Amino acid sequence: MNAANADLWTLVLGIFTLLIVSSTIGYLLHRRLPAGQSNAAIENLNARIKAWWIMAILIGLAFLAGRIGVLLLFGFCSFAALREFITLTDTKRADHWALAAAFFVVLPLQYWLLWERQYGIFSIFIPVYAFLLMPIISVLRGDTERFLIRIAEVQWALMICVFCASHVPALLTLTIPGYEGRNVLLIAFLVIIVQLSDVLQYVWGKLFGRTKIAPSLSPSKTVEGFVGGVLSATLIGAALWWITPFTPLQAGVMAFVITMMGFFGGLVMSAIKRDRGVKDWGHLIEGHGGLIDRLDSVVFSAPIFFHIVRYWWSTT
Amino acid sequence: MRRVVAKPVAAAIVVFARAITAVRAIWPNDGIPQGQCVYFANHSSHGDFILVWAVLPPSLRRKTRPVAGAEYWLKSSINRFIGCNVFDAVLIERDRDKRTRDPIEVMAEVVDSGASLILFPEGTRNQTDAPLLPFKSGLFHLASTRPNIQLVPVWINNLNRVMPKGEIVPIPFICTVTFGNAIRIDAGENKETFLDRARTALLDLSPKHLGGKE
Repeated sequence: MNAANADLWTLVLGIFTLLIVSSTIGYLLHRRLPAGQSNAAIENLNARIKAWWIMAILIGLAFLAGRIGVLLLFGFCSFAALREFITLTDTKRADHWALAAAFFVVLPLQYWLLWERQYGIFSIFIPVYAFLLMPIISVLRGDTERFLIRIAEVQWALMICVFCASHVPALLTLTIPGYEGRNVLLIAFLVIIVQLSDVLQYVWGKLFGRTKIAPSLSPSKTVEGFVGGVLSATLIGAALWWITPFTPLQAGVMAFVITMMGFFGGLVMSAIKRDRGVKDWGHLIEGHGGLIDRLDSVVFSAPIFFHIVRYWWSTT
Repeated sequence: MRRVVAKPVAAAIVVFARAITAVRAIWPNDGIPQGQCVYFANHSSHGDFILVWAVLPPSLRRKTRPVAGAEYWLKSSINRFIGCNVFDAVLIERDRDKRTRDPIEVMAEVVDSGASLILFPEGTRNQTDAPLLPFKSGLFHLASTRPNIQLVPVWINNLNRVMPKGEIVPIPFICTVTFGNAIRIDAGENKETFLDRARTALLDLSPKHLGGKE
């Protein structure tokens, strides 16, 4: 436990140093502008840095509060994300009870199962039980207009915002020999890699970006940004092996898988936004749009990361 | 006693409304309309004025009173407490034959006292597929008797999805409250032209299309 605490403190120190450096750079960039002028890119950068501070502090507080803190934090994230998602769907009045069940029964139950460490039911509750029961609740109202679309939208919303997101705190339930009491560091690893990969892709893209990678989905993403971001995030992942149960090589591979899932997850969520005709999922976080805008890559990588670790490292 | 309880209850209702709807105000480019106003909004839920009230800056909120139907808000003691004590509603009697006072007179009196009003010119909750019902003439008569008052259109989006009529559990949907630039009645403008202009100003604020094709 002591070694775990020491690692956690080193990590916290590193993250806060990084944030202080970014804030300083953001401030200097802002000051370099002629008085009275503003630059959209710099303002966006500063808003993002501010949001990262809030994110780091919230996650830090959750870690301090222990398992209950982490579950509450991600439970709240699921709630806010589900609300953003459902707001953009075409659900009808006939879905009222199904939606009430999604928010007030399925979501709390999924996190309660994590609290109780009921892995078996946790891993199939939404894909099996919610999948079958939610359409039953909707069909009882007898409204068949766009029925398939409506039930598919609600199930998708639950899978992304509750099921996938809950795999981040699920990392706490794994039992890894020789890594006891340090599972929060796995969450830190996942979140740090995903966030850094997003930032690094943005930075590499701004510096060297020439070739658009997915012009119809995400016009700001470039091949150069993607390659540079993924490679540098993978290297940083390997360098962070000491907070994980992995060897440096394994940590690098994990970081690579996380960044790839995160990148493609971001594309999928962009496609949904375009389909719905919006630029951002919401307005919860200044400079980042909605919560899903920040969570999309984490959501896509969390279940895969969880299952790889569970299969090869965990005894539970 | 009622007064002491009213403030915390108002705060609790606003906190609850925010927790469910994450309501956000969208202000016009010219900024938040300052000074005394009559906010006129679309009406689809009993909670409409709560959202408008919740997003107004505290300094404006303190002197803003919703205009509501006396029949509903005097129906039971809890309705009366929420309507009169908590939100300080200006109650008007909608039934022409039974009423003891002219609603326009009541509203004009409140305007003269310096308060702002939240008014739903459709007169009743919109339960139809149409985005907006035809306006009742109340807004025109109020504007004619107090021609200097700013009339601010306010579009409340999504609250009808949160709690459709007859449902008891609210569903969390993100709601927005969009304020437009103030309009005023022109000298000699007739009823049809004015109401048409006001209705268009309000409809212009409705989202072009985003989910919830009901």
